[in-house]
Amino acid sequence: MVDDSVRDDAPPATAKSGDAAEQFAQELPEAKGDQVVARSVTINRPVGELFTFFRDFSNLPSFMENVVRIDILDEKRSHWVVKAPGGTTVEWTARITDEAPNSVIAWASEEGADVPNSGHVTFRDAGARGTVVSATILYDPPAGFIGKIIAKMFQREPAIQARRDLRRFKQLMETGEIATPAMNPKQFEEMGL
Amino acid sequence: MKALAWHGKHDVRMDTVDDPEIVNPRDAIIKVTSTAICGSDLHLYDGYIPTMKAGDILGHEFMGEVVEVGPKSTLKKGQRVVVPFTIACGSCYHCGKHQYSACDNGLPADNQDIAQTLYGQPMSGLFGYSHMTGGYAGGQAEYVRVPFSDVGPIVIPDGVDDDKVLFLSDILPTGWQAAEYAQIEPGDTVAVWGCGPVGLFAVQSAFLMGAERVIAIDHFPNRLALAKRFGAETINFEETATYEALMEMTGGIGPDAVIDAVGLEAHGLFVDNVIDQIKASTFLGTDRPHSIRQAIIACRKGGRVSMPAVYGGFVDKFPLGAFMEKGLTMKTGQTHVQHYLPGLLNAIMEGKIDTEFLISHRMPLMDAPKGYKMFHDQQNDVTKIVLKPGMAQG
Repeated sequence: MVDDSVRDDAPPATAKSGDAAEQFAQELPEAKGDQVVARSVTINRPVGELFTFFRDFSNLPSFMENVVRIDILDEKRSHWVVKAPGGTTVEWTARITDEAPNSVIAWASEEGADVPNSGHVTFRDAGARGTVVSATILYDPPAGFIGKIIAKMFQREPAIQARRDLRRFKQLMETGEIATPAMNPKQFEEMGL
Repeated sequence: MKALAWHGKHDVRMDTVDDPEIVNPRDAIIKVTSTAICGSDLHLYDGYIPTMKAGDILGHEFMGEVVEVGPKSTLKKGQRVVVPFTIACGSCYHCGKHQYSACDNGLPADNQDIAQTLYGQPMSGLFGYSHMTGGYAGGQAEYVRVPFSDVGPIVIPDGVDDDKVLFLSDILPTGWQAAEYAQIEPGDTVAVWGCGPVGLFAVQSAFLMGAERVIAIDHFPNRLALAKRFGAETINFEETATYEALMEMTGGIGPDAVIDAVGLEAHGLFVDNVIDQIKASTFLGTDRPHSIRQAIIACRKGGRVSMPAVYGGFVDKFPLGAFMEKGLTMKTGQTHVQHYLPGLLNAIMEGKIDTEFLISHRMPLMDAPKGYKMFHDQQNDVTKIVLKPGMAQG
């Protein structure tokens, strides 16, 4: 057992070894998944604007490259269709398990999810620098460890996607568009976001 | 359209490709009227820069006429503009501090991974300079798509010749920033390694900022003669022992500020340089930094080191001891072009800075492959090649 009093102050997900997923699971009202991804980004916009945009899930596919579509079922529930390796898709229904305006949105997948997952996105006012947005995601990789390797090869691994999606969220909110080297709209579409 | 495309080491060709179109709301399409080959394009030509792909369109020094605008562009069709080589959004924290080359959003999200791994954080995008810097098509072409056109390009008044203002795109602000980073005080002696375009603009800028003496170092007589024209004293490192000369010329003190405008392809057969060449060719080390070593050793105690020269990777035998013991200060970085444009356009218009002296050759865009070979093989005679898409091939 590690004595909590001698732990450093770094986020658990940056630990070289240990039980980051287990620790994070304890923070969630309802935890699903045993792999953890955590990533923060500072966005030069007010917290209220970012929270409101993000909370309307119909906005998310505009910067989440792998999300094919999100159907809003009701105030708390939404159905997600997401690209997976090899031209396939995975689906789940997510339910909001906790929510505080301008602060946090937590969710968990319902029974029958192709990829059971849960997590939260937090928003913290950072004064003159804008807002720190942190996404922490727990998930069960399909087909376990091998699935994760395959996903990585196809760049559809959640850690890569979370990192790139957060950068695109920042670009969209700060500049009103998503940076691309595409030479025309058709190429932009073919490249993904 | 016709565009100069990279196909491999010492292999660039005029390809026919689709014309660019507006993709994002803040885009503009520029019809290129003048575009230059930069010394740093030779790094691409020589195959030193990773993440290049066959067919990549080169060129980051260009200007032209606005022919299309997106709904959020502030430019108008028909305006003539010079475009900064750095692609910066103008809205992020760093752009807010005028650190445009450190822009958070100029690089596409997927291209940020390499720079983040190499440098810790991703930098701004660049035109025509590998996929690590965004994979954006460059300006050695008939047309260019310019992102964030409401922030970058500067509008040029009617009646001002292209050749007078083209270098606002990169090398003039780079030379100016180099001199600014040398924190020149009245009475200072400033030594500049490299009399390429950036070095020559640094010489002019240093005098404008109050330097009493500028000592320019190179081995091409023609380039040293240009430096002399602006009042610099010169050292030809093939004829003279540079460190000894600098010490004698400053009464044993050393220059107050040193500027390395040479960069990763330092010429000259010095022992450490030869080792660097072997290492570079075997990928043990990526950069060949003789000039920065010499600059640090020559600099006076408590002096300033400014490094506009481009380095991309890791170096060894960096004189960290001399740097620490002498208490030097170093400032470096890609140029925050957007920050300097209004002031430098004024300086050109008022005749304080001479730009046209630099151009040794003008040729049609279609001759660009010939231009690259010439620039690569004849650095004494070729100081700057400007390509003109509208010029007839002769």
